[in-house]
Amino acid sequence: MNLFTVSGSPHVHEDRSVRNLMLGVVLAMVPAILVSVYFFGLGAIRVILISVAACLLFEYLIQKYVMKTGPTINDGSAIVTGVLLAFNVPSNLPIWILIIGAFVSIGIAKMSFGGIGKNVFNPALVGRVFLLISFPVQMTSWPKPQPITAGFVTDTVTGPTPLGILKEGLDAGKTVSQIEPELPSYVEALIGNHGGSLGEMSAIALVLGAIYMLARRIISWHIPTAYLGSVLIFSGIFWMIDPTHYVDPLFHLVTGGLMLGVFYMATDYTSTPMSAKGMLVFGAGAGLLTMIIRFWGAYPEGVSFAILIMNAFTPLINRAFKPKRFGEDVKNG
Amino acid sequence: MNDIVINAVLSLSALGVAAAVILYFVAQRFKVIEDPRIDQVNELLPGANCGGCGYAGCRQFAEAIVKNESLEDMNCPVGGDESMKEIASLLGLEVEEQLKMIAVVRCNGTFNNAPEKVQYDGPASCEFEHNLAAGSSGCPNGCLGLGDCVESCNFDAIYINDERGIPEVSEKNCVACGACVEACPRNIIELRPKGKKDRRVFVSCVNTEKGGPAKKNCSVACIGCGKCVKTCPFDAITMENNLATIDPEKCKLCRKCAPVCPTGAILEANFPMRKPKEGQEQSDKPVDKQIELKHTTTVLMYPEVPKPAKKAAPKKDTPNDTQKQSKTDQGGKEA
Amino acid sequence: MNLKTFKIGGVHPEENKLSADKEIEVFPVPKKVYIPISQNLGAPSKPVVNKKDQVKAGQLIAKGEAFISANVHSSVAGTVSKIDKVIDQSGYKRDTIIIDVDGDEWDESIDRSEEINRDITHLEPDSIIKKLGEKGIVGLGGATFPSHVKLMVPEGKTAETLIINGVECEPYLTADHRLMMEKGEEMLIGVSILMKGLKVDKAYIGIESNKPDAIAHISNLAQKFKGIEVYGLKVKYPQGAEKQLIKALTGREVPSGKLPIEVGCVVNNVGTAFSVYEAVQKNKPLMERVVTVTGKELPKPSNFLVRIGTPVSELVEKAGGLPESTGKVVSGGPMMGKALTSLEVPVIKGTSGILVFPARVSKRVPMQHCIRCGKCVTACPMGLEPYLLSQLAQKERYEGAEDERIMDCMECGSCHFTCPSGRPLLDYIRLGKNKVGQMIRNRGK
Repeated sequence: MNLFTVSGSPHVHEDRSVRNLMLGVVLAMVPAILVSVYFFGLGAIRVILISVAACLLFEYLIQKYVMKTGPTINDGSAIVTGVLLAFNVPSNLPIWILIIGAFVSIGIAKMSFGGIGKNVFNPALVGRVFLLISFPVQMTSWPKPQPITAGFVTDTVTGPTPLGILKEGLDAGKTVSQIEPELPSYVEALIGNHGGSLGEMSAIALVLGAIYMLARRIISWHIPTAYLGSVLIFSGIFWMIDPTHYVDPLFHLVTGGLMLGVFYMATDYTSTPMSAKGMLVFGAGAGLLTMIIRFWGAYPEGVSFAILIMNAFTPLINRAFKPKRFGEDVKNG
Repeated sequence: MNDIVINAVLSLSALGVAAAVILYFVAQRFKVIEDPRIDQVNELLPGANCGGCGYAGCRQFAEAIVKNESLEDMNCPVGGDESMKEIASLLGLEVEEQLKMIAVVRCNGTFNNAPEKVQYDGPASCEFEHNLAAGSSGCPNGCLGLGDCVESCNFDAIYINDERGIPEVSEKNCVACGACVEACPRNIIELRPKGKKDRRVFVSCVNTEKGGPAKKNCSVACIGCGKCVKTCPFDAITMENNLATIDPEKCKLCRKCAPVCPTGAILEANFPMRKPKEGQEQSDKPVDKQIELKHTTTVLMYPEVPKPAKKAAPKKDTPNDTQKQSKTDQGGKEA
Repeated sequence: MNLKTFKIGGVHPEENKLSADKEIEVFPVPKKVYIPISQNLGAPSKPVVNKKDQVKAGQLIAKGEAFISANVHSSVAGTVSKIDKVIDQSGYKRDTIIIDVDGDEWDESIDRSEEINRDITHLEPDSIIKKLGEKGIVGLGGATFPSHVKLMVPEGKTAETLIINGVECEPYLTADHRLMMEKGEEMLIGVSILMKGLKVDKAYIGIESNKPDAIAHISNLAQKFKGIEVYGLKVKYPQGAEKQLIKALTGREVPSGKLPIEVGCVVNNVGTAFSVYEAVQKNKPLMERVVTVTGKELPKPSNFLVRIGTPVSELVEKAGGLPESTGKVVSGGPMMGKALTSLEVPVIKGTSGILVFPARVSKRVPMQHCIRCGKCVTACPMGLEPYLLSQLAQKERYEGAEDERIMDCMECGSCHFTCPSGRPLLDYIRLGKNKVGQMIRNRGK
């Protein structure tokens, strides 16, 4: 006979763990992985595998030899970081650069803050931004997608992203309608047949994964809705004011890293607010910043910076936007 | 070029002078006049800020001393008599010599003595377990062994012995600040005088249940039999709520009580071992058993009383009692 | 059907209502009963019998003397063997009257006929309150607040609505469900009596939609009663919590730190309503109650009508015996119940169920770092931030915890239930509540 266990209530627990959630996120990214493999071939697999392996290795080593705490690599959060980092780089990125990126993501952005749950910024994004600033050439030579026919080496032809084309054109004084022929069509953009980082190719694949995450309640609807909403509204206002210099909102939705950022990185647990109100504020702020950077910033793409900036505000948002307390300021009619 | 350098030097110097002047006036305006003796007293205090004196920190204690102009009821347990004497001579005051105290854990409910009956699963907080249930051994007064006392100690003086499951107090490090006494939700720890040559005798139990139920949960519980009270030649032991307590001020450390305790609940600290007398059968006479401690230099012992069931009762006055106890003892093991 | 529910938070534990279709069995009178003199919220009662006294079932054995206290009656006939300290659910010892059973003679004043006494026209509010106090009726939902005190509306407040809690949102438990199915009419008469006692003309009965048979049955019966409306509620834990139920049924929000009467509501459980009927119409004190004995590996999950004071071990024996795999036994529901340290504890007025968990699920899931996912914030029905409260409590920052309204926590356990890192949030919050409570009390001094 076993001894009885005595513990405080509750005595049942939801069948869900950190690992379970993280693997759910990885599963949600499978469609996007498949699309990237389709367009970039084995190069995509190479980047993803190396990135994941490097992230896991760095987390393990740092925990074992520097922090000397129990291992947390089983929880799968390093895998998520690894895949996200891979999603944020071109498929022909040299391996050594990728490994530096993984080190920055895990070693600097995550472990130096104390590991999972304590990091202020999204680790994958920190890694990506670090690489973008340190290796601008390698990070912005996106190979042209070549459906499946491509072999192991994919860096033969490179081309800019749709947002890059747009920005360059506008900076050269052209109007939107003049640039339009160079841009991919919406269908191409949705499927992912355009230049760009590994994982941001296909909006459809990303949304598919997002629906899975929403259905399993891995992420909540608050941040994505607020984010997409504020992007739509903000870009819509400018498009209506001046359609010759501002491209239509739909284009902004389906291009660049927006879908990836909205559903997979702005919804990161640790670096985003916890209350529903806070999440809405976070999403709206990130959307606004994204569009400001896309319209007037030096970079054609603003999702990473926008999310990182909002990450910095997360503690403040947590403090300022408390959930609605039950029984506070009640008006009973 | 030179102009720039000269201008820069001049403007920065002017800025510096202006700031100095402002600072000077501000400092004058907001000057806090404080008794310089507070600082001096503060210097003499150990600076541990433990709160053992009853004040929030050393500084507050120093302020109180200077303000009261008296050292009555003022004692810094960390600095001890030395510090207090120095403070007294500084302020020209009198100070009474204080007894040196030490924290004493009044529970011996180790894994062996008080075996687990239920498993506790929850945060490592004695207070939480105390609020939740009676504890894994079932003793409602016994040590829970989750280390709230360890957490509270600022002096590295109390540790849980993981082989025994109860805390040990370091003879050397304990300054008797009383933090662990406060922290223990079951009031097991108390401050007692360190005693002559660091020798102490105390009842290592705070269980107030009647003998049977107490013994059922723990083999070394005080069962309130009163033998020690009768034995003590100095009236130092009192019995209240089925629990014997030794008054350290009356106790003359004669060591007569411990051998009569049928459960071995009275512990002796830092005495030499009793030697079995020659010619006597060993089972007749209690033999000291030393408790193995890990984190302290204290030598804790209790005289192991020979089992009365195995031979004719050595003391004729309570044969029924002892029989009953051996029964409940067996019952406890079965349960 | 338009289902009502509360808005903030809530979780969906697996329902596991294993004994939902098991009819209530009358449990045989045990050989010995252990009746603690303090079974209700508030002051303990004072024994009025002595050792060796002969008692009949239904006889007063301990009198509640304080304002918030309740009488205790013998549930059996026999001899008082002693008044001693006996362990309660948590393992601590409480004063208990132990009675050796001899026959089953009931107090003459109790009407033992099966006939339903529907006549309540002659009842006055004062006589109802007096009767409930006399007969030791307490809330049977778990909190065991004395019912007669609940009916005494404080001066300056008026009761408008009586809310009857038939939610039974705790998983596993089916005692209230079975009671509604089998004693529906008696229960509704009890509701009418409570309405009279409160001087209100409407009562809402809330039943979760996982009990469609009970909703249909009670709605059908309620047509004959004036002012009683039955509502189906969406299945969501903790719907049975007083404040959440009021919110779901009336849309009103009880202000923080206040009682339901603040918004004109009084909440009672269906079990309480039934015992009110028995007390007033049959003159029967609260001496037995329905207890669900259940568990996935228990051979025969059942609902028993048990005399107060029966040892839990006998209930488990009747339900097929304790399985070899057992690792935890809980008194009450799995979300808010108390883990038992031993089976040798008696059924008391507040015991709604006995749950048997196998060892492999009785341990907490291993605790990991907080990943700040905010799921506890989403789950909290009081709109609190459990992660923050537990951190503040852990760091002993009790003033901060008070500002974050730790005292609003009702310990429903939704936060710990939902935490993917398996953190014992509620344990720390409880610790904090304790400290903050002490702090507030000291301040008052």
